[in-house]
Amino acid sequence: MTAPLLDIRDLRLGVAAGRTVTHPLLKGVSFQIMPGEAYGLVGESGSGKSVTSLAVMGLLKKPLAVSGGEILFKGQNLLSLPKREMRRLRGNRITMIFQEPMTALNPLSTVGRQIAEMFVLHQGKSWDEAHKLAVEALANVRVPNPERRAKNLPHPMSGGLRQRVMIAMALACNPDLLIADEPTTALDVTVQAEVLRLIKELCAARGTAVLFISHDLGVIASICQRVGVMYGGCLVEENETRALFDNPRHDYTRGLLGALPRLGSRSEHGRQRLVDIDSIIADRSKLTETRFIAPRVVEGGQL
Amino acid sequence: MRLGFNFWLGATLTALVILAGVLAHWIAPFDPVLDADLMNSELPPDATFWFGTDAQGRDVYTRILYGAQISLTVGIVSQVINSLIGITLGMTAGYWGGWWDDLVNGLTNVMLAIPSLIFALAVMAVLGPGLPSLLIALGLTNWSWTCRIARSSTLSLKSQGYVQAAQTLGYGDLRIMFTQILPNMMGPILVMATLGMGSAVLSEAALVFPGLAIFLSVLGFNLLGAGLRDSLDPHMRTRKP
Repeated sequence: MTAPLLDIRDLRLGVAAGRTVTHPLLKGVSFQIMPGEAYGLVGESGSGKSVTSLAVMGLLKKPLAVSGGEILFKGQNLLSLPKREMRRLRGNRITMIFQEPMTALNPLSTVGRQIAEMFVLHQGKSWDEAHKLAVEALANVRVPNPERRAKNLPHPMSGGLRQRVMIAMALACNPDLLIADEPTTALDVTVQAEVLRLIKELCAARGTAVLFISHDLGVIASICQRVGVMYGGCLVEENETRALFDNPRHDYTRGLLGALPRLGSRSEHGRQRLVDIDSIIADRSKLTETRFIAPRVVEGGQL
Repeated sequence: MRLGFNFWLGATLTALVILAGVLAHWIAPFDPVLDADLMNSELPPDATFWFGTDAQGRDVYTRILYGAQISLTVGIVSQVINSLIGITLGMTAGYWGGWWDDLVNGLTNVMLAIPSLIFALAVMAVLGPGLPSLLIALGLTNWSWTCRIARSSTLSLKSQGYVQAAQTLGYGDLRIMFTQILPNMMGPILVMATLGMGSAVLSEAALVFPGLAIFLSVLGFNLLGAGLRDSLDPHMRTRKP
C-alpha cells in the first residue's frame, strides 16, 4: 500500500479562550487521502467540513485554534511547520478553490495577471513567461479566446468563467492536493456539471488529489471515490462512494440519503415521503460521546 | 479609462496653478519681496500692477504667482507624508490586528483629540520657522484620518474572497497588502489625499501667509480627487457599447 498524501490523525480544534479550548468544533477527526484520490466530505452546515479544510491550509483565524492531533502531508506534520514553509506549500503543493467565484478574484487586475502571479510567486518565472503560461492555463480550463480573456478584468465575466479562472490559478503549479470547498454551489446547474467535469478531468490528468467539500450528495457521488460523512464535529462514517450510497451504516447518513428525492422511487402508497432531518443544528456542547445523535429526531418511520 | 468632467476641470485648475508656480520666476513682472516700495502702497489695479499692490507696495499679481509655488509644495509634500504614514499604520493595523492595532488606534485617537493646527504650531515652534519645518509640521499632524480610512478599508477588504483566496494561494502578508488591499482601497484614500492637500494649503495659509493661488489649488485638488475616484472604479470603465 502506498503512503497517504494527506493523513489527518485525531484532529481536534475549537474556540480558544486563552489556553483552553471552550467550544470544541472538531472532536478527533481522522481520515486519509491517497495521492490522486478524490475524497468527498459531506455534512450539514456547521458540521466542521470547512474548518477541517482551513486547518489543513493553516489558515484558521482567531479565536479558532487546533488543540490536538496531527495533519501529515507527505509525512510532514503541517501543524508544526514554520509559517514561511507553510506559505511555500500553499498555492504550490496544496491549493484551494472557494464557493463564491464572484468575489474570489481581485477586481482591479486582469485575470491573466492574477494567474501569471502564481508562476512568478511559486516557480520564479519572469513576468513575460508567466503571461504566456497564464494564457495556456486559461486554455486548459477551456476558456474560449484565452488570449483575449487574459486581458479582461474579472467583473465582466460570468460566475462559471470566474470559477474556471480560479481553477486555473489553483492548478497552475500542478499541486498535489486541491481542496474544493463547495466550488459549484453558487453556479447554475448546467455550469455546475461542466465545472465538475473540468475539475475531475484536470485533476486526473495531473494526478492531483482532491478534497471535495459539499453538502450535495449528488455532486459528491459524481466526482469522489471515497466519502466521509461529518456530523457535529466528528467523522461519523467513511466508505467507498458506491458502498456508502448502497449501504449507509450510520443513522445520520441514512437520514441524509433519505432526504434526497430520487427519480422514479415510489412506495406502495404511490409516493414516498422524504425523510425529514430536524433542521436545528445540534448544540455541540450537549452532545456526548455515546449518544451524540440523540438530541435530534429523525422522522419518517424508516429509522 | 474614461475621465469625467470633474477630473478635467480639476486637472486644468491644478495644471494652471502648477504652471504659475513653475514659471513664476519668468512671468512675474516684479520681485515678490525686493520690489517693495512704500510710494506704491495700496494702489488699485492698473496696467503696471494688474491686481494692485499691498500695504508695503508689493505687486499682488507677482505675490500670487510666487504664492502658488509655496501652496503647491506644501499641499503635495505634506499630504504625501500624511498618506505614507496613514496608509502604512492603518493598513498594517487593520491587517495584523492584535496589540499593533490597539497601539495604532490609541495613537490615532490621541492625534484626533489634539487640534491639528495647534499641534502644527507647536511643532513649528520647536523646529523654528521655514518651509521644511512647515512641511514636517503639517505632514505629522494630519495622518489620522487617512489612517482611520486605511484601517477600516483594510478590515472590510480582509474578509473579501480574493484576499482569502490570495492567502490560500501562498501570498505573503506584505504581498497581499500591496497587491490586493492597497489598490482596492485607493479610491477613498485618493479622495482623502486630495482633500488633505486642499486643507494642508489652508492650514499653511493660516500658519504663513495668504495668497489667492490657494483658492484655485484647493478647488483644483478637490475636483481632481473626485474625478480620479470615479475613473478608478472599474465598473465605470467598460460602459461603452
